[in-house]
Amino acid sequence: MTDTSRYRLVLAALSLAVVLLFLMSLATGPAAIGFADSMRALLSGDAYEITLIMREIRLPRAILGLMVGATLGLSGAVLQGYLRNPLAEPGLLGISATASLGAVLTIYTGVSLVFPLALPLAALAGAGVAVLVVRAMAGGSGGTLSIILAGIALSAFAGAMTSLALNLSPNPFAAMEIVFWMLGSLTDRSMIHVSLAAPFMVLGWVMLALTARALDALTLGASAAASLGFDLRRTQLLAVGGTAASVGAATAVAGAIGFVGLVVPHILRPLVGSMPSRLLPASALGGAAMLLAADILVRLIAPERDLKLGVLTAMVGAPFFLWLIWRSRRTML
Amino acid sequence: MRVRDRIGIWLAWPSGPALAVLPAILLALVCAAGAASAAPARVVSMNVCTDQMAMLVAADGQLRSVTHLATDPQTSAMVDEAKAFPVNHGLAEEIFLMRPDLVLAGTYTATATVNLLQNLGIRVELFDPVNTFADVREQIVRVGKLLGREGRAAEVVAELDSGLKELATSSSGVTALGWSSNSYATGAGTFTDEVMKVAGLTNIAAREGIQGGARVPLETLLAAKPDLIVTGSETYARPAIAQDNFIHPAFRAYVAGGKEVSVPDKYWVCGAPFTLEAVRILRTAAEATGAAR
Repeated sequence: MTDTSRYRLVLAALSLAVVLLFLMSLATGPAAIGFADSMRALLSGDAYEITLIMREIRLPRAILGLMVGATLGLSGAVLQGYLRNPLAEPGLLGISATASLGAVLTIYTGVSLVFPLALPLAALAGAGVAVLVVRAMAGGSGGTLSIILAGIALSAFAGAMTSLALNLSPNPFAAMEIVFWMLGSLTDRSMIHVSLAAPFMVLGWVMLALTARALDALTLGASAAASLGFDLRRTQLLAVGGTAASVGAATAVAGAIGFVGLVVPHILRPLVGSMPSRLLPASALGGAAMLLAADILVRLIAPERDLKLGVLTAMVGAPFFLWLIWRSRRTML
Repeated sequence: MRVRDRIGIWLAWPSGPALAVLPAILLALVCAAGAASAAPARVVSMNVCTDQMAMLVAADGQLRSVTHLATDPQTSAMVDEAKAFPVNHGLAEEIFLMRPDLVLAGTYTATATVNLLQNLGIRVELFDPVNTFADVREQIVRVGKLLGREGRAAEVVAELDSGLKELATSSSGVTALGWSSNSYATGAGTFTDEVMKVAGLTNIAAREGIQGGARVPLETLLAAKPDLIVTGSETYARPAIAQDNFIHPAFRAYVAGGKEVSVPDKYWVCGAPFTLEAVRILRTAAEATGAAR
């Protein structure tokens, strides 16, 4: 089997997994509705209450699961290629945390009620600042340690400011929602959230996808890529802007969900080879599959408890992260 | 020597006619002490429910302070009355400085604060949250006894009872679900359930076996198809995701036909004659729904 045919096979398998998980997500929920009934209600609209459940509750949830997962997988793959760092990922670099902070500031001050677009825009701004700070800290060499330390500092600061903003809110429920912003959830999100976040996520995907060939060249080093004719400033703009737009929008509606962007590219790299241009579409599909699966499990494990998504992704992701650190200790020291 | 002399006097004293008078004197002494503790003159309340019961029952000048929540129109049905009193925030220090001879608190009031006040020698009386109208009667009577205002307490109870007699109705068959922030529903054994029952509503959450409160996701609510959804009138100065369930498009579509009835929290966070207003709102909604069928 050639590399290309194996790559196509992997993409086909991942696409199939995403389709199946999307359907499973539509069929999962606290209301006991048979699969056939639920699909009929979704398409035909005969049974009023079931149609409401399918179209206004489960469909937006499944769409967001797919899109947020794809965003995290794709941005993780791009960041790892662009920063040439195996530990890069929106959650670990503090990008999700700062996007959360931006979203929190608009929601809990009431600004997003008056001007709904402020929500994704503020999250986007937060994410953008974080990517720029991390990029500046990494310097030209892209040292692993400085990037991770910058991420820790950003996460800690943004997390603390998020807590502060929520604790100061006159709404007694706000303080309890710190958990949502730190661990993420898709519970009872609606089509309003989809329409708010989807355009920015798609825009971000396009920008990230455009970095693919430059990232291939960057595997040879920055100077080699430049001599091959790639405009590295343009690549930087696309990577930073694309991550900010997609991760910002995803975080604005689902909270900060960690580790998806770390785990997915690492699992898929041995299957599709180390070419970033091949890793990007595979990671997007893989991220979507992972988040859809996590969101299904959240509803199956503790349906009445509103378990947070970040709990599940961290259970898989944190041990994986430790293993990566173990493996890369020598290069870090 | 002196001590023994006194004992001698005490032993020698009750003799002759004095012996007959003694029980009367002792009784008088006990009664005086009893009256002093039964009618405290400086009462401080640390809980929004005891605030309102005390304001209803206390004599002029007897109640010295209520909590800041009593002046919050979200939680208190007696905001105007409460404005006449200095407010406290349930902190041991501020309450101690008010030199109360009786403190009324809820059993959910910060235990550390209550223990501290008790250690400082202040009498603290604790009140459970009410779950039934019987609890409400009992607590109002108890406040009356503690404040030496049994007569006034009986009047308040009579007002509640005559209102209930007028409003209480048998089951209308109309189903309802009490649904609040974060999709929490109120099931059996809650005061909400009792008020719904009195208003003739069938509480779906209680029927489905929910005891106390539990999360009922929007999906489950839609599948259960309640005739009425009872919400609070919670409007906070700033939004939170906890209230997103009320603006979800699926919820708005379901209640669009007049299925939502909102009962201000202040009427049934605590039980008192003002809770009759909650019964009235629910009964009107139940009758409208019943008539529409």
